[in-house]
Amino acid sequence: MKILVCLKQVPHKDARLEIGSDGTWIKEDGIKFEINDYDNYALEEALRLKDAGEAEVVVATIGPDRVTQSLRTALGMGADRAIHVWDDSLANADSLGIAKVLAAVAKEENFDVVFCGLMSDDSNYAMVGPMLAQLLDIPHVTAVVKTDFENGAVKVEKELEGGTLEVSQVPLPCLLAVQTGINEVRYASLKGIMQAKKKPLDKKALSDIGLDGAAVAPKLSIEKIYTPPKGEGANLLSGSADEIATQMVGKIKELGLL
Amino acid sequence: MAATDYTPEHQLFRETVRKFVEEELRPRAREFDEMGRIDKSLFKKMGELGMLGLRYDPKYGGAGLDWSYSAVMFEELGRSDNAGVTMGISVQTDMATPSLAQFGDEELKQKYLVPAIAGEMVAAIAVTEPDAGSDVAGIKTRAVRDGDDWVINGSKTYITNAATADWLCLLVVTDPDAGYGGYSQIVLPTDLPGIRYELLDKIGNLGSDTGLFYFDNVRVPVANTIGDIGRGFQQQMMQFQDERLVACVSSMAGSEHLWQETRRWAEERRLFGKPLSKMQNTQFKMVELWTLINAAKELTRACVEKRVAGEDATELITMAKLFCGRVSRQVADECIQFHGGYGYMKESMAGRAFVDSRLISIGGGSDETMMHYLAKQLGF
Ligand SMILES: Cc1cc2nc3c(=O)[nH]c(=O)nc-3n(C[C@H](O)[C@H](O)[C@H](O)COP(=O)(O)OP(=O)(O)OC[C@H]3O[C@@H](n4cnc5c(N)ncnc54)[C@H](O)[C@@H]3O)c2cc1C
Repeated sequence: MKILVCLKQVPHKDARLEIGSDGTWIKEDGIKFEINDYDNYALEEALRLKDAGEAEVVVATIGPDRVTQSLRTALGMGADRAIHVWDDSLANADSLGIAKVLAAVAKEENFDVVFCGLMSDDSNYAMVGPMLAQLLDIPHVTAVVKTDFENGAVKVEKELEGGTLEVSQVPLPCLLAVQTGINEVRYASLKGIMQAKKKPLDKKALSDIGLDGAAVAPKLSIEKIYTPPKGEGANLLSGSADEIATQMVGKIKELGLL
Repeated sequence: MAATDYTPEHQLFRETVRKFVEEELRPRAREFDEMGRIDKSLFKKMGELGMLGLRYDPKYGGAGLDWSYSAVMFEELGRSDNAGVTMGISVQTDMATPSLAQFGDEELKQKYLVPAIAGEMVAAIAVTEPDAGSDVAGIKTRAVRDGDDWVINGSKTYITNAATADWLCLLVVTDPDAGYGGYSQIVLPTDLPGIRYELLDKIGNLGSDTGLFYFDNVRVPVANTIGDIGRGFQQQMMQFQDERLVACVSSMAGSEHLWQETRRWAEERRLFGKPLSKMQNTQFKMVELWTLINAAKELTRACVEKRVAGEDATELITMAKLFCGRVSRQVADECIQFHGGYGYMKESMAGRAFVDSRLISIGGGSDETMMHYLAKQLGF
């Protein structure tokens, strides 16, 4: 079995984020990055298939030089090889642009399964997975919480609203967009890290995969990002701890959250 | 930070240890205090990650790397918010096993080093006795040969990992008339008949199990001797070098962590209408501490680089141990002051550091032992 795992590098969860000078994204210099949490679970799911038998796990990412660190981590965790695509024209890429690039990467080889995270921690679109599946013309399932591979198909459990699960049988090849918490993500062991040194990490330009800047030009652009102004919508509760707790439960019920 | 990230592999290994610290150690830091020890199953996990045999031969499950990786590991472990736990781990990696790895014979290494590197066995170092600490040559625990066995009588105290350990790297007298040639190191499994221990109640480093061992006619094969009979004292002196350097790296990581947390505190704590951090006294003190921490880190780094280059670093490590011990105590003391009453509470990091850091100037050789050695080196 041949598996592609799509990874995104996102700002570290402990990074102190500041809005950049043009107001359309955060300042990226000086902050630490890490693998998008959802993608960690996707990678772990793929590595478990590898542990269970014959599978080659390829990780792919799009991003500037800094993303090689995340690819190395993935190789250290056990992926077999890595593909790094970058072109300056991708700096403002939208979900469709990213999906097109990943589709071009995927089309170069015949993958049985494409894993990706349900969404990215930084932009939260949750669109790349489904778009990529459409471009590859393969079935997909999002919010995957369980997989069971057997005889060229996979039985997938998907999380629905309110804790309900949906079970479906999906033929391969397919794309699975994974929810967090579905497995216990392994660490890159020292042995894995040392072995990763010898694993292939292919750097590709857009032209290497038959694309150019025009093909991935964004149709969506961010106008502005901002921190919501303080003070609006806040509801201050007062009283003793017991009184506050009672008011809080009332409020939660009122909002229909309970 | 990241003083020793020479290659991408160092960086990745740092990420792994950091994640381990953040997920497995820090959230359970106070639980380990209550247990008075680390959860032993974590050794197995560390073994799987390769953390317990960084510099050891791959033949025994080690990674065959150099001290720069040990530095990375203890820079991260030093931030576990539990100095006792870090100490317990460092006993396994750098205090109880280096002699065995360097001088032990094949069979002994297969039997005790391989499982220690895999985290299946926990090791302790047993040198100090109720009547001899700094004066290592004054130890009295005696091993008398009886055929193919040693028969051991005596006691060892302040032994870290006492309750967790599967074996001790034990320093004993094998020939009382042979001077410095009369000591030997023995691997002593802790489940042998005649061994008993009791735990000691410490003021700090609560996450480690420190104990007093009694040996009453304990029989162990002579084949368990590490290296040559009679070379124990010299081998132990070499083993102390790793112990001291680890203490420098992890204590400075702890001091740096405390300094950062104190800065955060000073920025948030308001008094007389402004944050504590806006008072010049705070700024001057914090800058002074930062300078000391960085000086100590640089000295430590110089030691690590000497070790990586394969040079003798004894003199520099001795100075670093002396300096880091004092810096970590000063940092803890001043950081408590910034925290006021809260600093005096057990739950405050500064309060814990105050008692934990006190050990650096005592364990692994006291400040005076370091100065005694340096005075000799400098020809006084
Ligand atoms: C928490 C903890 C964990 C420990 N873990 C271990 C362990 O795992 N294994 C182990 O073997 N030991 C361990 N020790 C013991 C430690 O190494 C000794 O406490 C240390 O070496 C000092 O020995 P001592 O306590 O016998 O003090 P002593 O040797 O009695 O020294 C007392 C004091 O005398 C002074 N002094 C010493 N030498 C000189 C000198 N040359 N000139 C002038 N003054 C001097 C110093 O101020 C010293 O602090 C541990 C200790 C503690 C507290």
